[in-house]
Amino acid sequence: MKQLNLILVTLFLPVCMMAQQRITGKITDGKKRPLQGVNIAVKDTYDGATTAADGSFSFTTDAKGVQYITATLLGYTAQEQKVFINGALEVNMIMRNNVNDLKVVTITAGSFEASDEGKTTVLKPLDIVTTAGAGADIVNALKTLPGTQQTNDREGLFVRGGTGYETQTYIDGMMVRNPFYSGLPDQPGRGRFSPFLFKGTTFSSGGYSAQYGQGLSSALILESTDLPQRSSYSLGASVIGVSGGLEELSKDKKGSYGLEADYTNLGPYLGVLKPKFRFSADPEIMGASANFRRKTSKTGMLKFYGYGNKTHMGTIRPSLEHPGYEEQFELRNHNIYTNLTYKESLGNDWKFNAGLSYSVNVDKIDLDTLNKSTPAKVKNQSELAQVKAMLTKGLGQYSLLRFGGEYQYGVEKSAFNNWPANYVDNYAAGFVEGDIYVTPRLVGRFGGRVEYSSILDKANVAPRVSLAYKLTGLSQVSFAYGDFYQKPEQQYLRFKPDMGYMKATHYIATYQWVAKHYTLRVEAFYKKYHDLVKTSPDTTTSGTGYAKGIELFWRDRKTIRNTDYWISYSYLDTKRNYLNYPFQVQPDFAAKHTFSVVYKYNISAISTNLGITYSFATGRPYYNPNLPESKFMSEKTMTYNSIGLSASYLTSIRKAFTIFVLSVSNAPNFKQVYGYRYSSDKLRREEVVPNIPRFIYLGMFMNFGIDRRQDVINNL
Amino acid sequence: MKRILFSICLFVGLASVSMAQSAQYEDVMTKNVALLDDATNFNPDKLLEIGNTFERIAAAEKTQWLPFYYASYCYVMSAFMQRDNDKVDDLADKAAVNIEQAEAISPKNDEINCIKSLVATSRIRVDPPTRGMKYGMESADLLVQASQINQENPRVYMLQGQSLFYTPEQFGGSKTEAKKKFEIALQKFSTFKPASSIAPHWGEAYTKGLLAQIK
Repeated sequence: MKQLNLILVTLFLPVCMMAQQRITGKITDGKKRPLQGVNIAVKDTYDGATTAADGSFSFTTDAKGVQYITATLLGYTAQEQKVFINGALEVNMIMRNNVNDLKVVTITAGSFEASDEGKTTVLKPLDIVTTAGAGADIVNALKTLPGTQQTNDREGLFVRGGTGYETQTYIDGMMVRNPFYSGLPDQPGRGRFSPFLFKGTTFSSGGYSAQYGQGLSSALILESTDLPQRSSYSLGASVIGVSGGLEELSKDKKGSYGLEADYTNLGPYLGVLKPKFRFSADPEIMGASANFRRKTSKTGMLKFYGYGNKTHMGTIRPSLEHPGYEEQFELRNHNIYTNLTYKESLGNDWKFNAGLSYSVNVDKIDLDTLNKSTPAKVKNQSELAQVKAMLTKGLGQYSLLRFGGEYQYGVEKSAFNNWPANYVDNYAAGFVEGDIYVTPRLVGRFGGRVEYSSILDKANVAPRVSLAYKLTGLSQVSFAYGDFYQKPEQQYLRFKPDMGYMKATHYIATYQWVAKHYTLRVEAFYKKYHDLVKTSPDTTTSGTGYAKGIELFWRDRKTIRNTDYWISYSYLDTKRNYLNYPFQVQPDFAAKHTFSVVYKYNISAISTNLGITYSFATGRPYYNPNLPESKFMSEKTMTYNSIGLSASYLTSIRKAFTIFVLSVSNAPNFKQVYGYRYSSDKLRREEVVPNIPRFIYLGMFMNFGIDRRQDVINNL
Repeated sequence: MKRILFSICLFVGLASVSMAQSAQYEDVMTKNVALLDDATNFNPDKLLEIGNTFERIAAAEKTQWLPFYYASYCYVMSAFMQRDNDKVDDLADKAAVNIEQAEAISPKNDEINCIKSLVATSRIRVDPPTRGMKYGMESADLLVQASQINQENPRVYMLQGQSLFYTPEQFGGSKTEAKKKFEIALQKFSTFKPASSIAPHWGEAYTKGLLAQIK
């Protein structure tokens, strides 16, 4: 019996030993704020609890002796505390934020990024497409951001007192020689590339990385999309044209190819648009593009994009020079752009990027004062072949070093009535740059770029430095300094090749506060121009200038239900002495104050998006030759006002994802005057105004999934 | 003799400890899985709490996929039920971490694919215009993979139906197509036998509820 007792005791011993002990405590963060939802456990047992709203927890455990209490919460570093359990116990712990995306500082001075990837980006790719008044044009959408000018009479993006030429466009790291369609006088062409081609758009208004050169003021950095999510056909029709395309994703989902074609003709619609001047040739655009993408390994990607385009258009307008006569301007353009890029991780924290690109652009222009003079013929042709390679080495957790080089072979040909002025330039550049994290909150980017151009037969060295410091989880300050060099514009270089580089030095300070639904940015800058092109008395690079200003950006996606809006304001103080300017003066492309509001309203019940964009700019200087030289550029145009409207409606038509778009630029038909042009006898002048002051666009786009399996998925 | 008896006792005692461990696992799992059969527990905070319990069990067991699976299920359901969009991604991340661990223990598992599909779906709502296409496709793909592993899993059809049910028609949703899926799901539920009392078996009542909304 005694023995049986012993057996029973032994049998129940483990059970008897399980006397329950109560563990209580409180979990807080570094600032003593309670943390809710923390998972508390006695390590290697099931025992534990979840903290309540006040951070407290309480549970019982059978564990005894030396144990470990763990605390885990997403976004926080897991904690473990050694305890000795021998009765009721209180355990209080402090948990610290993980160093993650939101906590690591990134360099933001001078740049706005639109991408899906970073959580702290200011814009999403879709924002570019849905900005009212921009007509799905990347550059037009960027004109709602601070630092940009409303120069809709000239080609390109005018940034911080810089001209359109001073902004350089890059696709996957490769420079684009002709990013815009060729246009008519006072009617610049829009961007050639659809915003849908890109997953990331970074607009830098200064202080950008040493990877990019040949832009005095600004870089527009576009990153093409990766593999499509499915195979599909698309069709589009609008009041001005049609388009169609297909995108085929390979069975193994590692490759894809796509083809697209479009045809635009403004002719039938001109009756509605009522242009100011008549067209001798209705604007007509024919284009086709092809792409190919292949994942070459888990980390490798090969991408090809090719594009071909033909445009033809012409206007007839009353002659300013010869009253009673008419001037004809007729343009024929063709453009080919190709880009092949490859990227791969080489292991051991090395990454390799390489690219090849070739493009050619031909403009043939006929100028004619009808029934008066013999027509003149102008032909411009530019060809650019380039190769670029870059290596990146990760250093530690966040820091990295990148270096690389590029070579460009450019042929610039021009002829006026068969009088040619051609040149070839061999341009080579090398760069090295390190992003050094001193702590996750403090990063410095130190780098430089060396360039050589054979036509100038000169080299330059451009240092670049940026610093960024995270003040709190949401706010940071950044600073940037750098030298930027650019070759003089082709039209001057072809007649006077022995010039030097134009140069700008940037100093930028930024404060940024980015919460989930709100963004505030304040940026101040000073830019010093050296060696700008002068055309009078001689063509030299002896011009000077400066630009300084302050810019504000505020975006709010939450306060008003279903509404997203942003406000930009730019103050710009700039003067320059360039081209034929007699002294330093505010140039005719720069306005002192620029302001934009973009407002987007989403009515999800009827899947409709409405948008309105208001833009304002103070008057720009213009040259009145009747005034004495001391009054050069002293007169200003009227202020600029524009209201763009857009509405889009999503629906499905026979399983095709369909979107209807209605957009109106300058809806109230505000008068917009960009400047004045005088006849050579100074007796007459004409306003520089948009030829089509208000554009109403209506279009629909359909997207069909293909192949059976995809149909299944579409049904899900 | 005493020594022998003692050894026997010790052996029996040790066996009872290890037996207890496994019985304790079954016990605690049964108890917590039962909580999920009770609709009153379906609120975001309670689900997070139950999810945390499963996470603790998972951490202690290490080789069982079911605790990870249920932890993920609780977190993703909590994500769906959150009123505050801001918390969705954190919960979906938590669910994703757990379901990946479940998958590491039990690869090619149709039930795990179902949860992964739910995790993708849960993320859409944070930013539908940007995320709809990406996560919608991912979610659908995962369900297709699940049905390739096991055609008889009723939850695959239920989740396919649920997507059709909640997706606006202009994005390919359809109540009538959803109804067909729900009906297939209910048919599969009637013949579905979970591998054990703690194996995944949820969804039948929910399917009926959604179906009732269509009728």
